[in-house]
Amino acid sequence: MKILVCISHVPDTTSKINFSDNDTKFDTNGVQFVINPNDEFGLTRAMWFKEKQGASVTVVNVGGAETEPTLRKALAIGADEAIRVNTVATDGFSVAKQLANVANTGGYDVVIAGRESIDYNGGMVPGMVAGLLNANFVNNCIGLEIDGTSAKAVREIDGGKETVSTSLPLVIGGQKGLVEESDLRIPNMRGIMMARKKPLNVVDPVDANQETTSVSFEKPTPKGAVTLVSPDNLDELVSLLHNEAKVI
Amino acid sequence: MSVLVYTESEQGAFKKTAFEVASYAKAVANQLGTTVTAVAINANDTSALGTYGVDKVLNISNSQLDKFNANAYAAALKQAAESEGAQVVVVSSSADSKYLAPLLAVGLNAGYATNVVAAPSSTSPFTVKRTAFTNKAFENTQINTDVKIVGVSNNAFGLIENSGSASAEEFSPSIPELGVTVESVDKATDKVSIADAEIVVSAGRGLKGPENWGMIEELADVLGAATACSKPVSDLGWRPHSEHVGQTGKPVASNLYIAIGISGAIQHLAGINASKVKVVINTDPEAPFFKAADYGVVGDAFQVVPELIEKLKAFKAQQ
Repeated sequence: MKILVCISHVPDTTSKINFSDNDTKFDTNGVQFVINPNDEFGLTRAMWFKEKQGASVTVVNVGGAETEPTLRKALAIGADEAIRVNTVATDGFSVAKQLANVANTGGYDVVIAGRESIDYNGGMVPGMVAGLLNANFVNNCIGLEIDGTSAKAVREIDGGKETVSTSLPLVIGGQKGLVEESDLRIPNMRGIMMARKKPLNVVDPVDANQETTSVSFEKPTPKGAVTLVSPDNLDELVSLLHNEAKVI
Repeated sequence: MSVLVYTESEQGAFKKTAFEVASYAKAVANQLGTTVTAVAINANDTSALGTYGVDKVLNISNSQLDKFNANAYAAALKQAAESEGAQVVVVSSSADSKYLAPLLAVGLNAGYATNVVAAPSSTSPFTVKRTAFTNKAFENTQINTDVKIVGVSNNAFGLIENSGSASAEEFSPSIPELGVTVESVDKATDKVSIADAEIVVSAGRGLKGPENWGMIEELADVLGAATACSKPVSDLGWRPHSEHVGQTGKPVASNLYIAIGISGAIQHLAGINASKVKVVINTDPEAPFFKAADYGVVGDAFQVVPELIEKLKAFKAQQ
């Protein structure tokens, strides 16, 4: 079984988000980048398939050379090889086209991508890859078992979950639940040393039109100070929520 | 030429988000000088859609579509969009809509913008405002394709009533192979889901143990709210994972979010910041949540919550 795990290179959650060039570009100055958390759950589940079912695991990212440390980290966690599609990631659709091309060329059985990245929050890449490959697709996936060419998956739905059966080739939009937080792996020294020797192949992008364009960014208007209500005067809270906030 | 909107129903009845996306579609249609066509799948009564600006309803009745299937639903919507010559397709931010829309985007070769919070600021170029960086910023996105798909963020646009009525006709799309088969569904039918809730009551480690959640559920009951929890609480197994809200849990975009005994870690705030009004109840006045909240009570949840329940019951009785 060949698994392709898509890795998005995103600012760490605690990063301050700033914009440059007249609020048209994300300012990466001083920003720490990490593996997108939703992708990391998928990568960790892929490691389980590697260890228990002998799967091979390739990680892929669409981005410039600056994203390579993030791919190396995925290799240190245990992926066998990495691919970087050498182009700037501009929008979900064009990224999906690059990933679908890599998946198609490499003949992967399973593609796992996070349900969304925590930077642009597009939430469309896994589904678009599935659509482009004409493969089966399970989004918001919180459980995955594979047996030969058939698969059972659990999908989180609004207000619950559903269990589905499907078959390979399969694309997964993954999230927490594929593995738990406590299953995530911090690369050890041996893993980091081995990662340096693992192949990281840089490939050229295919042509892809930019179907959406990021024009500019705005920050939310700064919040006013909190209105404190005394615990002895909760009538006031009820009144504020009713008369001022108008939410009850 | 029209604006197509997918109006979701559950067991034949429209979800509230169906009326919100219909209201949004009407606003876009007004800007473009065109009409709104809704697609309803196995819905019982579509007359309510006219109230929210829908001019025409395409009714699809097909037992193959009784259970949601992203491939089949996307195929049905694609055929509807093509038959109507839709320039813009509007969908919600429900789990199902976010599941099918990327497939529809590929099928229609359409640019797709998610988490959109306002009507287009311009229709040529077609530009919408959406949340990004997990609610730390907004992004103005231009959709460059002939057909555009807009995913509207929950509770962002609201319901706008119009004095119209919708005509209805049957529509029978061909359904492709499903590919994914639903084996079983595990869903609490007696509870408001976090995604559909206008009010969410959420609690954290400050509650000290799962045995203390009775008052949280009671507060939620009084308000008709969904219950949620912080990440540590779901990691400790005090509450099910499905209640975990925050960056790696479920996103929340409710009208009112009440956080009880939650300190307000940045990952938690990222996931709930799209909520309009936030209330925090916490013993620690230095808890970061107070900086993100609109209203705060510095006090012990075990005293404040039961008292708040009584006050709210009295308030509801008066209404």
